[in-house]
Amino acid sequence: MAKIRIPTPLRKFTGGAEEVAAEGSTVSQIVADMESRYPGIKERLCEPDGRVRRFVNIYVNGDDIRFLQNLDTTVGSNDELSIVPAIAGGL
Amino acid sequence: MSTVIGLKCRECGADYPKVAAHVCETCFGPLEVVYDYKAVVRSMTREAIESRPRNLWRYRELLPIEGEPTVGLHSGFTPLVRADRLARALGVRELWVKDDSVNHPTFSYKDRVVSVSISKAVEFGFDTVSCASTGNLANSVSAHAARAGLACYVFIPHDLEKGKVIGSAIYGPRVVAIQGNYDDVNRLCSEIADKYSWAFVNVNIRPYYTEGAKTYGFEIAEQLGWHLPKHVVIPTAGGTILPKVAKAFKELREIGLVSDPMPAIYSAQAAGCAPVIHALHRGADLIIPVKPATIAKSIAIGNPADGYYVLKAVRETGGWGEAATDAEIVDAIRLLARTEGIFTEPAGGTTVAVTKKLVEQGRIPRNESIVVCVTGNGYKTLEAVDGAVEQPFTIGSRLADFDALFARLGDVPTPRAAIQ
Repeated sequence: MAKIRIPTPLRKFTGGAEEVAAEGSTVSQIVADMESRYPGIKERLCEPDGRVRRFVNIYVNGDDIRFLQNLDTTVGSNDELSIVPAIAGGL
Repeated sequence: MSTVIGLKCRECGADYPKVAAHVCETCFGPLEVVYDYKAVVRSMTREAIESRPRNLWRYRELLPIEGEPTVGLHSGFTPLVRADRLARALGVRELWVKDDSVNHPTFSYKDRVVSVSISKAVEFGFDTVSCASTGNLANSVSAHAARAGLACYVFIPHDLEKGKVIGSAIYGPRVVAIQGNYDDVNRLCSEIADKYSWAFVNVNIRPYYTEGAKTYGFEIAEQLGWHLPKHVVIPTAGGTILPKVAKAFKELREIGLVSDPMPAIYSAQAAGCAPVIHALHRGADLIIPVKPATIAKSIAIGNPADGYYVLKAVRETGGWGEAATDAEIVDAIRLLARTEGIFTEPAGGTTVAVTKKLVEQGRIPRNESIVVCVTGNGYKTLEAVDGAVEQPFTIGSRLADFDALFARLGDVPTPRAAIQ
């Protein structure tokens, strides 16, 4: 199963766990599996139409899924996902 | 005498108390400080402001700290320079440069946001401050942390200009260079901030940090005699400063310190990293991240967290935006230096180059007041213009050596009679 790093604002869904495991061969299947294990979490990640929320970044092994195939990005059983809120900076 | 009510999510409107948090737990939207403007109006008059020391804390009713500031007592109130020679070069009537290349103590706009965020971190009781940075922020956090006696870790991309790296290290922080670009640094810092109990100025302290950027806008208005210009051109990286300068103008109008209409606000990005400009030109809300490739490293952020708010402010004010190529950026750095005697980093070159472009396109009319926002100093990024300036002429120390050189250069001699 893939490992998923959970940011602080979502840990109330995971019983405080910083890292969880979920099954699936794409990001969207992983999100669906997480929802079955931790009900309510999907709504925090995705808009009602299913797209990832504007201020949520999802990475597979450190790569932003928007540079890959978004929710269709394939995930192997040893891969690591990170969910990270958008943060600002620069100049 | 706090005027701060609390924090509010900019997306869903959920309310939060004044805590060290930056993300809405419900929708992940950014949190923003909410003020009691009725309380602000009571003490923040033009006379009161003008009687205060010339630093950014003169606007403290609209800055989110509770007690007295601990750092930044010499930051802000940078020159607003009337730039007539640059104006002639661009073919416009009234041009001003808001010059944060001489901000105290680390020569960039970042001394504003860091003054506020570290003063706030001290109020929260943190003993360690940190940041994800493209260079200037790391410089500023390092310097202010030293001044406040706090431990400090700064995280930067591995390929920054030497001036930006040493410009942090000299203050004694831990400098951590990440093998990746700024967006990689940002992601890592978000995870570190979750695990270590530090004040990351642009992560968990971000709602307070971004408020400091408003002082750039407050100063423009005050320095124009409590007037707003017609047009303001601002660089865009993560998207903090542009929406916050817009907010500053709105707040001044709200509390009655200025009565002019809102200026049109324009975003400037480097062509090698222009995700916000692409969305603006497409008419889209969705910002597609890019992999940065530009000499303007301080604004090389491919995944701008607040880019959406840049688009919103630009559209609401009737502004626009453009991107400048690396060659245009270098030309503009030279142009600003040679017309106004101001040496800016590539981010400032980007803003000048984009201003030129917008004037040429007719987007900015030639006969209305324009403020160009110069946010950083060229002495930190010498590499960017190293090949673009004349090399020194090395000669012997005899007068004949110089006479020979002068003859070879073919410059016109000044007649003695011309000198009084």
